[in-house]
Amino acid sequence: MSAENPHRTRHDPHATPDAGHGERVGVYVCHCGHNIANTVAVEEVAEWAGEQPNVVVARDYKFMCSSLGQELIEQDIQQLGLNRVVVAACSPHMHEKTFRSACQRAGLNPYLFEMANIREMGSWATDDREAATQKAKAQVKGAVERAVRQQPLEPLYVDINPNTLVVGGGIAGLTAALELANAGYHVYLVERDSSIGGHMAKLDKTFPTLDCAACILTPKMVDVANHPNITLMTWSEVLSVHGYVGNFTVRVRKKARYIKEDLCTGCGTCVEKCPVRIIDQNFEVGLGYRKAVYRNFPQAVPKYPVIDTANCTFFQRGKCRACEIVCPTDAIDFNQKDEIVDLEVGNIILATGYEQFDARRVPQYGYGRLANVFTSMEFERMVNAAGPTAGRVVLRDGVTVPKRIAIIHCVGSRDKNYHEYCSRACCMAALKFAHLVHERVPEAEVFNFYIDIRASGKHYEEFYHRVLSEGTHFIRGRVAEVTDAARGPGEEGQLIIQVEDTLIGKQRRIPVDMVILMAGMESRKDARQVAALFGLGCDYDGWFTERHAKLDPVVTMTEGILVAGACQGPKAIPESVAQGSAAAARVAGMMGQRVMKREPVRACIDAASCSGCRICNTLCPYHAITFHEDRKVSEVIPALCQGCGACVAACPSAAISGAHFTRDQVLAQIEGILWDARQPEVLWLEPQ
Amino acid sequence: MRYGYYPGCSLERNAGAYHTSLMAVAAQLGVEFAEVDDWNCCGATEFIAVNRLRAYALVSRNLALAARQTNGSNGAAKGQLVAPCSACYLNLSKVEHYLSQSPALASGVNNALAAGGLSYEPGSVRVRHLLDVLVNDVGYEKVAARVRRPLHGLRVAPYYGCLVVRPGFQGRFDDPEYPTSLDRLMRTLGATVVDFPLKAHCCGGHMTQISRDVALELIRRLLKNAADYQADMIVTLCPMCQLNLDAFQESVNGLFGTEYRIPILFFTQLMGLAFGLSPAAVGIGKEFVDARPALAKIGAAAPAAAEAAPKRKPRRGDQSLPLPQMPEEEL
Amino acid sequence: MATSASLSRTSDFFREVVAEAPVDPHLEACLQCGTCGGSCPSGPDMDHTPRALFAMIAAGMRDAVLRSNTPWYCVSCYYCMERCPQEIRITDVMYTLKRMAIKAGYSAQTTAPKAPGFAQTFVDHVENYGRSFELGLITRYYLSHRPLDALKMAPLGMGLLKRKRLDLSPRPIRQIDQLKAILDRAREIDAAHST
Ligand code: SF4
Ligand code: SF4
Ligand code: SF4
Ligand code: SF4
Repeated sequence: MSAENPHRTRHDPHATPDAGHGERVGVYVCHCGHNIANTVAVEEVAEWAGEQPNVVVARDYKFMCSSLGQELIEQDIQQLGLNRVVVAACSPHMHEKTFRSACQRAGLNPYLFEMANIREMGSWATDDREAATQKAKAQVKGAVERAVRQQPLEPLYVDINPNTLVVGGGIAGLTAALELANAGYHVYLVERDSSIGGHMAKLDKTFPTLDCAACILTPKMVDVANHPNITLMTWSEVLSVHGYVGNFTVRVRKKARYIKEDLCTGCGTCVEKCPVRIIDQNFEVGLGYRKAVYRNFPQAVPKYPVIDTANCTFFQRGKCRACEIVCPTDAIDFNQKDEIVDLEVGNIILATGYEQFDARRVPQYGYGRLANVFTSMEFERMVNAAGPTAGRVVLRDGVTVPKRIAIIHCVGSRDKNYHEYCSRACCMAALKFAHLVHERVPEAEVFNFYIDIRASGKHYEEFYHRVLSEGTHFIRGRVAEVTDAARGPGEEGQLIIQVEDTLIGKQRRIPVDMVILMAGMESRKDARQVAALFGLGCDYDGWFTERHAKLDPVVTMTEGILVAGACQGPKAIPESVAQGSAAAARVAGMMGQRVMKREPVRACIDAASCSGCRICNTLCPYHAITFHEDRKVSEVIPALCQGCGACVAACPSAAISGAHFTRDQVLAQIEGILWDARQPEVLWLEPQ
Repeated sequence: MRYGYYPGCSLERNAGAYHTSLMAVAAQLGVEFAEVDDWNCCGATEFIAVNRLRAYALVSRNLALAARQTNGSNGAAKGQLVAPCSACYLNLSKVEHYLSQSPALASGVNNALAAGGLSYEPGSVRVRHLLDVLVNDVGYEKVAARVRRPLHGLRVAPYYGCLVVRPGFQGRFDDPEYPTSLDRLMRTLGATVVDFPLKAHCCGGHMTQISRDVALELIRRLLKNAADYQADMIVTLCPMCQLNLDAFQESVNGLFGTEYRIPILFFTQLMGLAFGLSPAAVGIGKEFVDARPALAKIGAAAPAAAEAAPKRKPRRGDQSLPLPQMPEEEL
Repeated sequence: MATSASLSRTSDFFREVVAEAPVDPHLEACLQCGTCGGSCPSGPDMDHTPRALFAMIAAGMRDAVLRSNTPWYCVSCYYCMERCPQEIRITDVMYTLKRMAIKAGYSAQTTAPKAPGFAQTFVDHVENYGRSFELGLITRYYLSHRPLDALKMAPLGMGLLKRKRLDLSPRPIRQIDQLKAILDRAREIDAAHST
């Protein structure tokens, strides 16, 4: 054998199956290249493992996950009659599937396989070789002890509901919805705002090609509205989510619009006649006004307006009804109530987007105090032909055209006082602004203040060069402050940018009349609540956590819940679209299988031991436990149970056990891990 | 309310008016400041420039004395030490903070303190600035209730300087860039508060001794900004700021050919006046730039409330864009 | 964060500065963004902005850094430290550099030659009396370090005297011996450490 097998083997051909059990365990310790072998003495661990009871063979190998590594396991199962397999390598999330399949190919029930994670939990966590090696042994020992007690299990098969819920109608959500709908699956698209379109609908031009945002976005919005496979629910919010992958029940609140959608023609007469005018903090980001009955923008989808009850004179003071009077089709209905709708879906794609960083949090830039300091989103609205100034670049007075404009990069980004990360899209947006100013106000001077220009994307660097050639001033230095406190005659009545021009090494004060703050992206204020609602994780900054940052960016740790777009991290339009499509493809791929294999890891209640206390009933997060009133015992419905183990731990009568995690398996594993723990010294208390 | 009190060298003499007025105001508000017995200099900004451990030991002697004398036994709030001078406030709180952060530093310092029979347990003293105590512990309501002679008609520029708001070694009580607590206190007294963008900028500190012209330029900027906003006076909460802006105002005028005559008073002096105390009782008269002409304006003009701008309604044809919403400020 | 491993990759001078600071200033994290240099009220008068100085420290330019007037022109306003996006303890570094300049005997050669003298005179006074004594401080400092400027300061001194804002004699603390013992011990500990 050694002739064909270059790997080292500790194989005792005379080993007999352990008396009493007959379990024959094979242990495989992976080097993972240098990842494990640099810190853990893998040969030593394998050699030691070979000496443990029930272990028939123990090997170490460079890459267990390679086909050669897998073949090794298969061969041993067939040639040495192994009936348990332990691999000490990376995390089960990475490769449990790989090795289970290998077992299965060799005819071994895959649930007789056990994995010890000596990489994430060992070699990556320390530089201490001795300690890491010792820990690896303990983990292997625990895995072996558990493996010998494992039972063969058969997977369960459940049907997949072919409908999908997409939450969020920005560009990522729209893309995902359309892809799935075009593939023939039904989609519910739930959007909190009164119209779909998201942030992109506010933009005028998109970098680097400068195509008009509305021109490329509105066709998609219309497609979504008209698609026979899409149920569009705007002005709606998800209240609760129950179930599991393939079978979710989602409760949605459709907020009252106070407009009868079947009658409204979208003529806008009510909007015109409504006497209430308030500042629009949402779509116009505070730069423009809207009525109490309003539509975000002319091409809003759906076309029906909504009534904002907090500002409507009728709702507040019982008088007015102007809209009702003028509406030609009697579509206004002040008595409409919120509706609760339950949706059955197999998968959920979250595309809930981002919020803009609040520039008021950086007082030294003067936003909110100095009138002519604008945020980037305000400026987007200003240059938009459909925005509050109809596309004119003007100061806050609405008339004066600025002559010198400062664009400040990294506001709230790349700053440990706010967000340490780079918001990615703002450098390019800042370049776009510089270009738009040159185009609209040719005589104006533009100063971009930056730390680094991040223009890594297709045709981005070329766009930067174009803006350079247009005569934009680029000053490398993060702006220290924006002030109206003039030091001398040259500065009177201006906004002064105080900055170190780091390429010269000198402090400069540059007078301008308009300042644009490139406020970064941050996660939505309620991101953590939304994450809790859908059962997924958030990182430190509130971005939704993907299963694998590089290889599985749209899938989360919760089966059936996917993410797309800027809710997962700062993104510009192209990446958001790519993720929307990717998420749709993942969902379509799963639905193509129609049935889904589910882990047979389930809880099971021993009716004889159940005292009928019902503690487990309310505890189960999946509502998988029913109570039989007649017999006064609880029972787990296997199709609903996710095997989370909450009930197992809680049952005061120890009546519940989890398949694949039985009490004796877990206790044996713990004892195995503690194999080298000192016996507790017994202290005798001497009587005085 | 009783606090440990660390006056610092300046309040003993050059800023005597600060000490007199704060004691007078405290008596009115029922606050007691018990001076730490036999305190020593905090080292200002100089000591730390010469030697690290000696500077930390110097300050720690004060912390050790304060910890012992504010142990809660004499009715004083436990471990609460009030410093009216910004530099003292900074030095005391910085040393306390770094001793808590670095066990090595703490053991070195305690080793030195032992030579004088003292020791200091990091974390036992919390250093507070006088303004913090007056606005947050005493509170604006209580201050308002004592006002007998509101400062109507007086336009003040509230000047915080650097070290009270930055870097906040032992926590912050106001914004480090655009603080507002002194603004609100002045409004509570009835004064009109002008926007003062340089309110947290530097007064020049010790620069007057190192490079006079650099310092005079820093002072000039502050005076110009206050003058631009038509302030009758600048109120300050630090003896160093007061000295620089007041005593060097003549030199600024000499160097730059300006004619500033902006009196610089301590905020406690204005509190005392508003409480009805006599100018002498709050140390008025010790300033270089005479404050009397400005103080004569009190009560002459209409109360500040009448100046409040009428609520702006968008008029027909008005094309101006709405201003960003700011959180409502109280008062 | 600077670990012993990452520090070993920096210049000797960089390590010296970090070791001298009261707590780790995290200088290795500097992005060279210039927020400090832009915020500094003395920025226009410094020979190098704080940012440039940090690049010079990283490059091991010991002589040029310790000769620079930058630390001496720092007015301790803490704007840089407040705004630094990397939370670097810039003001601490300025104090650290002053101490290093004095210790290394550069104080008379800096481009701010008057500053170390002022600091030293102040320290002497505090060590002798326990409190600062402005009249003594100012007279001694001006007479010994800047005799020509003494006249410029005279009107200010007179003004302070006239307004009873200046003492004519120092007011020492009661237990000055205790303070001296503490400071002497601190000096010994420091000396033992730095050799
Ligand atoms: S009833 Fe309300 S929404 Fe309708 S016109 Fe009046 S204020 Fe506007
Ligand atoms: S993209 Fe540019 S402006 Fe935006 S945070 Fe990153 S570096 Fe700063
Ligand atoms: S502000 Fe901070 S990061 Fe920026 S140059 Fe200064 S020290 Fe470096
Ligand atoms: S603390 Fe010193 S270095 Fe920093 S900004 Fe202020 S004066 Fe400049």
